[in-house]
Amino acid sequence: MATGAVGAVGAAAVAWPLINQLNPDASTLALASIEFNLTGIEEGQAVTIMWRGLPVFVRHRTPAEIEEARAVPLADLKDPETDEQRTQEGHEQWLIMIANCTHLGCVPVGQSGDFDGWFCPCHGSHYDTAGRIRKGPAPKNLVLPPYNFVSDTLVQIG
Amino acid sequence: MSEHSTYQPGTGVEKWLDERLPVVRFAKEHLMDFPTPKNLNYFWTFGAILAIMLVVQIVTGIILAMHYTPNIAMAFNSVEHIRRDVNGGRIIQATHAVGASMFFAALYIHMGRNLYFGSYKAPREILYIIGVLIFILVMATAFMGYVLPWGQMSFWAATVITNIFAAIPVVGNPILELLRGGFAVDNPTLNRFFSLHYLLPFVVAALVALHIWALHVPGNNNPTGVDVKSSRDTVPFHPYYTMKDLFAIVVFAIPFAWFVFFIPDILGHPDNYVMANSQVTPAHIVPEWYFLPFYAILRAIDFNILFIDSRLGGVIFFAGSIVILLFVPWLDRSPVRSGTFRPLFKWFYWLFIINFLALAYLGAAPAEGIYVVLAKITTFYYFFYFLVVLPFLPMFEKPRPLPTSISESVLGKALP
Ligand code: HEM
Ligand code: FES
Repeated sequence: MATGAVGAVGAAAVAWPLINQLNPDASTLALASIEFNLTGIEEGQAVTIMWRGLPVFVRHRTPAEIEEARAVPLADLKDPETDEQRTQEGHEQWLIMIANCTHLGCVPVGQSGDFDGWFCPCHGSHYDTAGRIRKGPAPKNLVLPPYNFVSDTLVQIG
Repeated sequence: MSEHSTYQPGTGVEKWLDERLPVVRFAKEHLMDFPTPKNLNYFWTFGAILAIMLVVQIVTGIILAMHYTPNIAMAFNSVEHIRRDVNGGRIIQATHAVGASMFFAALYIHMGRNLYFGSYKAPREILYIIGVLIFILVMATAFMGYVLPWGQMSFWAATVITNIFAAIPVVGNPILELLRGGFAVDNPTLNRFFSLHYLLPFVVAALVALHIWALHVPGNNNPTGVDVKSSRDTVPFHPYYTMKDLFAIVVFAIPFAWFVFFIPDILGHPDNYVMANSQVTPAHIVPEWYFLPFYAILRAIDFNILFIDSRLGGVIFFAGSIVILLFVPWLDRSPVRSGTFRPLFKWFYWLFIINFLALAYLGAAPAEGIYVVLAKITTFYYFFYFLVVLPFLPMFEKPRPLPTSISESVLGKALP
């Protein structure tokens, strides 16, 4: 019994490093934070940048798009969140989100879909102008990375 | 099954070897003298075809690995280099890529044979289960191999398929990062996939050895499903089935060669000749044809089931559609093996086959309109066949009378 238990602990102790090596390595983790300059992005325009190997959408929304997102009653949403919860106060025109569809990770196409936000071609998920899931198999809104505005034109992600 | 052996070591050397390591005796017993039902049809040649295909994949794969570079900056170009510069590389690369499709074609026929002739029933359950494990491993191998050329389809297939694990509650995301070695599919992912793609075929080869061992304990099933009663029901494997298998392999090689020589890329997707770009997903991502039925099942669940969200639901059905195969020997309650003698079963069986092809078609169709509805119906029948038809049909079905022996069925009359 005791021998067996010690043996099991020993085996686990050897197995863990063999499995743990699969986890993200130091060089991947080192990319954890970036700064991005927003000047250059016109109203109505969106860009895709990289953070930790993930694509990130930065969209400069028009007042009409913001209005459209705010007009939606929460009861219509699969994953209810207000537009205010998805942007930062004073910077409502900037929508910054991880660009992978919350279904299985494709990058949705911008300025398209039934709700003027994004359309994911992989299995047909539609997101609105606040990146919220409206239709299709995706379960959640597009994920917001941790970020904060260093100044009005400089944002730090991560 | 040494009682079947007629092996007599001839020379002194053979006798010396036989007392130390009886490989020649083993080969004679299992590859030559093995008593095999005399009524096997061509569906029984696919096992041999599969064994050859495994060898083809391993040999071409090892050659490709001599010229391939598993690094995201170079992988795509190294495959192009194989196709353009390496001597004969065009044919070797095409053989490996088309070979994967041919492998699956043979697997599906082999498995369809088992479902029709009840080859999974006692005493062949273990044999059958090893087969399903082989099927799962071959799917994993093919998936990881497809990622290696690092084209757009490679990258997005890797992203979508690894994401399936993220649907698991609580531990999903840690598992996802563990599989990818990063927050997204990237160089670490490519490296580990290459390592495993090289390894798994050898694991498959080991399982094939167990598969054939498990086959040689009860012996082959046959189209009547009736057990072998006497030596009059069997013929030695060699030369009868070695020749028949060889002939089938040659016939199988004709379409294989045609694909390789004339249309090597037809089974692939043009998007995979564009290098991976993690910022843009191609407009139509579709898996390779051999994954389509299961992909259709994954997509069919686009609604929440109680507290299970649509994504997890899709994953549960997707995994379930494969895991359910492991339980088939116990789900099927009919004592009659062969579908030939089951008048009602036949209808459900052929409907299952048509349904499976329809699932494949739907897996490639866009997820909209009528396709969404059809995908749900076909997914339903897939599970209905295993969970309702197999267990409950025998209660209502009156099987036709079975022949008393294989010889009787072959001769069309009772033996004198
Ligand atoms: C690399 C893949 C495979 C190889 C090389 C292989 C090889 C073979 C061979 C040589 C035989 C004997 C000849 C024949 O009956 O065709 C056989 C029989 C059999 N295999 Fe496989 N097999 C593979 C995959 C599978 C899979 C995926 C399944 C099931 C899901 C399966 C289930 C069976 C069963 C039940 C038999 C006995 C059938 C009978 O004798 O009637 N095999 N296999
Ligand atoms: S990955 Fe976007 S809908 Fe499936």
